[in-house]
Amino acid sequence: MSKNLISIQDFSKDEILEILKMAAEFEENTCQPIFKDKVIASIFFEPSTRTRLSFETAANRLGARVIGFTDSINTSVAKGETLKDTIKMISNYADLIVMRHPLEGSARYASEISKVPVINAGDGANQHPTQTLLDLYSVYKTQGTLENLSISVVGDLKYGRTVHSLLQAMSHFNPVFLLTSPAELALPREYKEYLINKGIRFMETTNLTDVIPNSDIIYMTRVQRERFTDPIEYERVKNIYSLNASMIKGSKPNMKILHPLPRVNEIAIDVDESSHAYYFEQAHNGIYVRMAIITKLLKSL
Amino acid sequence: MEKHLKVSAIKDGTVLDHIPSDQLFKVIDILNLSNCINQITFGTNLDSKLLGKKAIIKIADRFFLDDEINKIALIAPQAKINIIHDFQVVEKRELSVPSEIKGIVKCMNPVCITNHQPVDTLFSTIYENNELKLLCHYCEKITDRQNLKIISKG
Repeated sequence: MSKNLISIQDFSKDEILEILKMAAEFEENTCQPIFKDKVIASIFFEPSTRTRLSFETAANRLGARVIGFTDSINTSVAKGETLKDTIKMISNYADLIVMRHPLEGSARYASEISKVPVINAGDGANQHPTQTLLDLYSVYKTQGTLENLSISVVGDLKYGRTVHSLLQAMSHFNPVFLLTSPAELALPREYKEYLINKGIRFMETTNLTDVIPNSDIIYMTRVQRERFTDPIEYERVKNIYSLNASMIKGSKPNMKILHPLPRVNEIAIDVDESSHAYYFEQAHNGIYVRMAIITKLLKSL
Repeated sequence: MEKHLKVSAIKDGTVLDHIPSDQLFKVIDILNLSNCINQITFGTNLDSKLLGKKAIIKIADRFFLDDEINKIALIAPQAKINIIHDFQVVEKRELSVPSEIKGIVKCMNPVCITNHQPVDTLFSTIYENNELKLLCHYCEKITDRQNLKIISKG
């Protein structure tokens, strides 16, 4: 395994499974201050609540000290410092860097400069590999396996980076994908070619109600207004890709609904009480997955 | 009729022939010929059976390494490289596309780190449906031939 976590594509099937196994162990025993002597830099060049707090919680539960910043406004970046110089400096201070940055490819670049491991906490619309690993952990926990599952991916399949990474990571485990989106937000050709090359079965539809009865996992994503050139088209589709309690009545007992959050109106509040709702637990799982990743990278030094 | 060279012969050096006319200045850029001190002659919009209009570059006393010259395969895959000694062609070389392209091509993704920070671009070359494409090492996006822009060293 590489000493960084930049892209989900860098991970083999065995490495993914190893991280999930470690995450399960951390969930059993959440307080393991094994890195009391370590400093972790949490550097966020753009704001994020969930991801940053999840990482910092994970670092704290491992006993590490956390330094960093939550946006670039009050840093030397605002004075025009290059990313190279910022990373060179911070890798002198910390034992590991967690970074979010709005530019795509910034994390890969940072890992080439840094002396210490880098975890990509999101590089623009490109990759967010810890989200993907917590998605996989959530699938594994709720289904008891990652193999041979029917996974519906719903909403914005064109721009959603969580969707693209999930498709790539799940492709190790012989899934069937039910791709459900308005035509404007269908999965881009290169990802369909990726699935075809890997021999993964998938079906495309615009009808959400059709896929619900056959799904083991329904992965919801936000359909954002700004993605549409025609505002009337947005008004037409925004409620079609919205789940409510009555729609999931006929679903499989093991079916779970995931969502990378924040949700807006794509999952109605009445779904929250259902045994199928899993999105808040999913976010909670992120802490254990991030503890596992930090541990794996710090121990490989 | 006597055969007459449009671009005069060189005694020793390298001749790059069968360059598409519209790619001539990109080839000059890629090979950094604007900063080359050797004698260089070139002609463009010459008649060509193969390309319609072609360009030719003759560089006296300069010989290129394969890695150097293969960079132009991106934009002029049919170019022919002739090595000249004493007015004679002593070697003909074919171009082959390198597996990695460093610092020549601009990534077409406007939010790629390489378009905002002083980072050399790096691509791996891939073929999709027999078409050459460049996969960015950083942002993981594809730049295809239609969108290929050369970073000018001028």
